[in-house]
Amino acid sequence: MLEAAQVSLRFGGVRALTDVSFAVRPGELFSIIGPNGAGKTSMVNCISGRYRPTEGSIRFEGRDITALKPNARAGLGIGRTFQNLALFGHMSVLDNIMVGRHHLLRHGFLTGMVYWLGGAQKEELAHRREVEDIIDFLEIQHVRKAQAGTLSYGLRKRVELARAVALKPKLILLDEPMAGMNLEEKEDMARFIVDLNEEWGMTVIMIEHDMGVVMDISHRVMVLDFGKKIAEGMPEEVMANEHVRRAYLGEADEVVTDEADAVS
Amino acid sequence: MNWELLFQLTLNGLIVGALYGVVAMSFVLIYKASQVVNFAQGEFLLVGAWACWWLLTTFQMPFFLGFLITLAFMTIFGLVLQVVVLRPLIGEPVISVIMVTIGLSIFFQALMKWMFGVFAQPFPQIFATERVNIAGLEVQSVYLLSLAISVLIMAGFGWFFTVSKHGLAMRATAFDQQVAQSLGISVRQVFAMSWAISAVVSAVAGVVVGVVNGVSSALSFYGIKVFPAVILGGLDSVVGAVLGGLIVGVLENVAHFFDSEFLNWGNMFQIAPFYVLIIILMIKPYGLFGTKNIERV
Repeated sequence: MLEAAQVSLRFGGVRALTDVSFAVRPGELFSIIGPNGAGKTSMVNCISGRYRPTEGSIRFEGRDITALKPNARAGLGIGRTFQNLALFGHMSVLDNIMVGRHHLLRHGFLTGMVYWLGGAQKEELAHRREVEDIIDFLEIQHVRKAQAGTLSYGLRKRVELARAVALKPKLILLDEPMAGMNLEEKEDMARFIVDLNEEWGMTVIMIEHDMGVVMDISHRVMVLDFGKKIAEGMPEEVMANEHVRRAYLGEADEVVTDEADAVS
Repeated sequence: MNWELLFQLTLNGLIVGALYGVVAMSFVLIYKASQVVNFAQGEFLLVGAWACWWLLTTFQMPFFLGFLITLAFMTIFGLVLQVVVLRPLIGEPVISVIMVTIGLSIFFQALMKWMFGVFAQPFPQIFATERVNIAGLEVQSVYLLSLAISVLIMAGFGWFFTVSKHGLAMRATAFDQQVAQSLGISVRQVFAMSWAISAVVSAVAGVVVGVVNGVSSALSFYGIKVFPAVILGGLDSVVGAVLGGLIVGVLENVAHFFDSEFLNWGNMFQIAPFYVLIIILMIKPYGLFGTKNIERV
């Protein structure tokens, strides 16, 4: 479904990503984990088109998309959410989600003017129905007319997910969907993600810091550290991987503890 | 006190104000979509009016045909201007872009003078009856048309921003270009479209004013008048632009009334809106309807 081949990304002298290659299979729930600054978000930005890799290529459904603009990629079926909430704060929840359907709306400015004649009305109704489905699914019925900026954090995260889902993407990129949530909200979100993957048939690439959730729901996990891939595989394999334990899971590294002992 | 004159002038103010409102809206449209303050807005009126005048006088076209062709021309004009001049400036500092729009304004002023001369040219007569009598007040029939067109355009804008796909895309782009792109919106298209619509709408206003006062470079003065209207209403509010336009229109005429009746200072109507602008901005720095930057703590 998605293949990244030797992707490197440099900002001047800073190497954000070095030779990262991986492949995501259709229908998979694929997680990218790693310590802060490991290059996870950079990787997702390379896939969504916000950054263009300095070297390497990215293929989506067999097609090279490395040079495509972000909006063209969205048109191909890659949706995303952002790490820092990026809702249109002054718009209603419904409008936020309708923006997500932009590329699916055929009727433009002129055809829309003859609203009742050209089938634009029929089309809009169909879209509204689908949007309502998404709203029902994410359980945000009660806030659909509310201004997005006024909602609580957990709800805004959900609305953002709804907006990305409205795109009807084949592949959805979730950048820390559960950051800053309480336990209950996290459980809900995890359920939504699993349902999206299993029932809605979306392939998911997720960045998340909550190891419990990642290990529970991911099919496969890739670990980045300092912009390099250090492991990839089933959650249990990755958990067992020695490099990963050192780099990420905070397992005491013998060398480091020895030094610390010596100092004290 | 001469009440009849006061009413007459207030009515004129509302009608002219509606036109200001229309121009202000097209100014706000560009600002909302691309954060560009367009100093060449008045020249859009000028170019549109001259184009229409040229079509009507040179080819003896009926008014509405010439008007439609003018609109088509202005669409292309706006698109080309955005693609050729402003697109390469995306990502440059705001001040450079503003300088370029000032340059455009000077360029089109001069170009129009070179092509059509410096004298005001009257439009061929369009309406059989010049004036209509409404409740004892004399109103030029073209003003009525202008009012109808203004209201129509305002309703169109309202519909465009709240309901249409492109309006929604434009609001999304104004809020965050990166996010808009990730949702499949082409930011370039949105920018081009905003300039095209803005040029067309301004041209409509230009033609209407041209029909009333004749076409001359004075038309571009509307571009300056728009500033108090827009800042009064808040730079990014469409409703504010309309209200700002109306307020400025009425203020001008009321100031004219008091000036001619009592003060006799002359030309006070020119500066009155700017005084009020200063006072309002002292009380509400974001304008009447502008977006305040709210921070969550």
